Amino acid sequence: MNLKLKDIVPQLITVMAVVLIFGFFTYNAQINMENRGIDFGYGFLSQESSFDVQFSLIEYDGSHSYFRAYLVGLLNTILVSVIGIIIATILGVIVGVARLSPNYLINKFAAFYVEFFRNIPLLLQIFFWYFAALRALPLPQDAEAIFGVFFLTIKGLYVPAFIWQNFSIFFYSIVAAVIAIIVIRIHAKKVQENQGKQIPVFFISLGLIFILPLLSFLIGGVRLSFEVPVLKQLATTSFIYEGGVSLPPELIALTLSLSLYTATFIAECVRAGIQGVGKGQKEAAASIGLTPNQVLKLVIMPQALRIIIPPTTNQYLNLTKNSSLAAAIAYPDLVLVFAGTALMQTGKAIEIVSITMFTYLTLSISISILMNWYNKRIAIQEK
Amino acid sequence: MSKINFLKPDRANLNTFLYLGFFLFFISFLDVFFNSFFNLNLTGFLPNFLSFVLPLVLGFIGLYFIRIEYSGIKRLDLLNKHINTNNFNAVLSLLIIFVIIKSIPPILSWFVVDASFAGDSKDVCTGTGACWTYIKVWMRRFMYGMYPNAEQWRINLSFISLVLLGSVGYFASDKFKKYLTLYYVVIYPLIAFLFIFFFISGGPVFFDFSYGIIAAILSIIIGFFIPGRFKFYYFLIVPLALYIILKYFLFFEEYIELGKLDGLNWVETGAWGGLSLTFIISFFCLIFCFPIGMAFALGRRSGFPLIRYISVGFIEFWRGVPLITVLFMSAVMFPMFLPEDFFIDKLVRAIIAISLFEAAYVAEVIRGGLQALPRGQYEAAKSLGMGYWKMHIFVILPQALKLVIPGIANTFLALVKDTPLIFVVGLLEIVGMLNLAKTNPEWLGFAMEGYVFAAIIFWIICYAMSKYSYNLEQKYKTDR
Repeated sequence: MNLKLKDIVPQLITVMAVVLIFGFFTYNAQINMENRGIDFGYGFLSQESSFDVQFSLIEYDGSHSYFRAYLVGLLNTILVSVIGIIIATILGVIVGVARLSPNYLINKFAAFYVEFFRNIPLLLQIFFWYFAALRALPLPQDAEAIFGVFFLTIKGLYVPAFIWQNFSIFFYSIVAAVIAIIVIRIHAKKVQENQGKQIPVFFISLGLIFILPLLSFLIGGVRLSFEVPVLKQLATTSFIYEGGVSLPPELIALTLSLSLYTATFIAECVRAGIQGVGKGQKEAAASIGLTPNQVLKLVIMPQALRIIIPPTTNQYLNLTKNSSLAAAIAYPDLVLVFAGTALMQTGKAIEIVSITMFTYLTLSISISILMNWYNKRIAIQEK
Repeated sequence: MSKINFLKPDRANLNTFLYLGFFLFFISFLDVFFNSFFNLNLTGFLPNFLSFVLPLVLGFIGLYFIRIEYSGIKRLDLLNKHINTNNFNAVLSLLIIFVIIKSIPPILSWFVVDASFAGDSKDVCTGTGACWTYIKVWMRRFMYGMYPNAEQWRINLSFISLVLLGSVGYFASDKFKKYLTLYYVVIYPLIAFLFIFFFISGGPVFFDFSYGIIAAILSIIIGFFIPGRFKFYYFLIVPLALYIILKYFLFFEEYIELGKLDGLNWVETGAWGGLSLTFIISFFCLIFCFPIGMAFALGRRSGFPLIRYISVGFIEFWRGVPLITVLFMSAVMFPMFLPEDFFIDKLVRAIIAISLFEAAYVAEVIRGGLQALPRGQYEAAKSLGMGYWKMHIFVILPQALKLVIPGIANTFLALVKDTPLIFVVGLLEIVGMLNLAKTNPEWLGFAMEGYVFAAIIFWIICYAMSKYSYNLEQKYKTDR
């Protein structure tokens, strides 16, 4: 009996404290809202938003609902995160490998990059790129074309738009190529296990992924043409590019700073992962007659990835969360569109901030659940 | 065949290859050097493209010629080993060398040669270089925000005394060493709290500050007569009790006012700013987030399921949301949750928000340390008859914390780097002040200088912190 009491009392006190705090907050919130004449509810989401967003992936203007504004913000956040993650991963892996290079200069250069970019606050870097570096770019009428088709100006980056004919056939050809590659890999593994023969899977895959889409151009009637942006005069001093796709400077500054910053952390993860594989492993692999490529592919990488992936996922999550700094340079992401403009207009602080936080929470928790599952799958099964 | 042999460097013709190789390498180096420092194109007579890639080609051939294994010359071998192991590495090395040579003159001219330092108005900044005059004129704003110029000595004095008080640990003799933990965990934060909050804030609360100091000094003096067994509890309770007694029962204020001692002018927190605000916020959050984080780390490993779930919920919640939304919450949502006449200063709200946010990260780091301890440590402590708290305070936590020094240092670094985000609640530390100064019509167009200046300051702070944590890690490394 005594033992049980000892178990229950601390838990009871903690729960009581939590309930009390939450109760206190809700009670106050109710009174405050009553006094200010605000009613609680999520009905505003279907109302007309009547504000405009500069840059959106889906069709949107002031006549759409608040919920659509939320979607616009969410999609913009996801866009910047995905681009940032791709660039940061490529850069991070290159720098991480360079940190292990026997070449003194490359090694130090990579170390300098890491130490430089990760010791400066991200917000400062975003401001630097947006307010200082990108403002030094030429005006649209003075911009010189890069490779004849890209225009990097103070108003953003203009790239040619792809105009597809029969895009679906091209898409299906890629899907078919991917399926064929997977089938061939499985087959190759079986053949190797049964007969010990090795099939050059890599070259076959490479061929497939090029040839099938190419065939779709030759036979399937797929056509691709480019729409190059063209300078157009609006007024005597005001020029703009028309046609093509324009990436606003906010997006460029944000992706640039996010990926440069996060790449330093990914680089450290990659370095730690490769260093974490014991030297004996490489030597043992070499001594049983594997080629250097096989050593890397079959022995080093599987073990290094096991160390690299968990912290790198964390960095991806950080990048996604840091993309909320977009609000500082007016890139219309979730925080700016929803927790900024929409909140100002409706005044529904509790609802909007809670929805925003819940969205980020869902994003993070779903990614971390996915990664935990993956981690468990690749973990060494110890006996 | 003989031709190929001639092109393959070997030890037999060592000197020939060395002279030839270094000569080519030197020419390529010279070309780039003149090109970048004196704007002189030595190979201008060649076609454009050729003149552009010529140094790379020459340097590459030169490095190829001097790549002779076991040449017997120690320096050459070292050079080859470090930058010239194969063709690919040679090209990369050359590119890096060229990039460095190319980037030195523009950076140097922007920073120093063409920059303007003198004067105190925008007119002197006519050159193409940086305008450091801008930084000079705005220096006070960048350091102290909108804090009145006449009162800035208070910030300086507080910081200097806090640094001095903080460095006590280095000079303490062995006799006092055992009190150091207590000093740093309880007394020093208390003094710092009083200093920063009451001395910098000033106004009527200046008296609170003096009570705090008196309470701290009195309790230390009495502390020497307290038996060792109770010392911990004594210092946990008595300073606060003394403070309360002084404040609410002795009416000390009136005596001071009788003595005609002026209070300090009140400076509201909205006027605080600049780098000093960065320090203040980092310092407070650092003090607060550590114990909260430790509590939740222990809670997450607790045997009571309810406590564990609550801790997990807390940690995962704060780790899952971006700091900017947390600050949004503290700005617009938090006031709704409090009684109507209850007002919390926005600086305090920001500090609470950042502390809770960072506490979740600290909790995860400490949990890592707790998990890394072998179970034998827990069992040994229990078998000695230690209870939960005794076991954790004397056996588990000291070892676990040692293990996680790098992780904690990283969290604190992240904390310092996160402070600029307080612009969300309308407080302007150094980056915020830069943005304010940038929009001043008198000083348009100097964004670059400001950001570079702030970047240098932050870089120095963060780099120093990371090096310090590395030293700590080495110092407390215990071999198992």
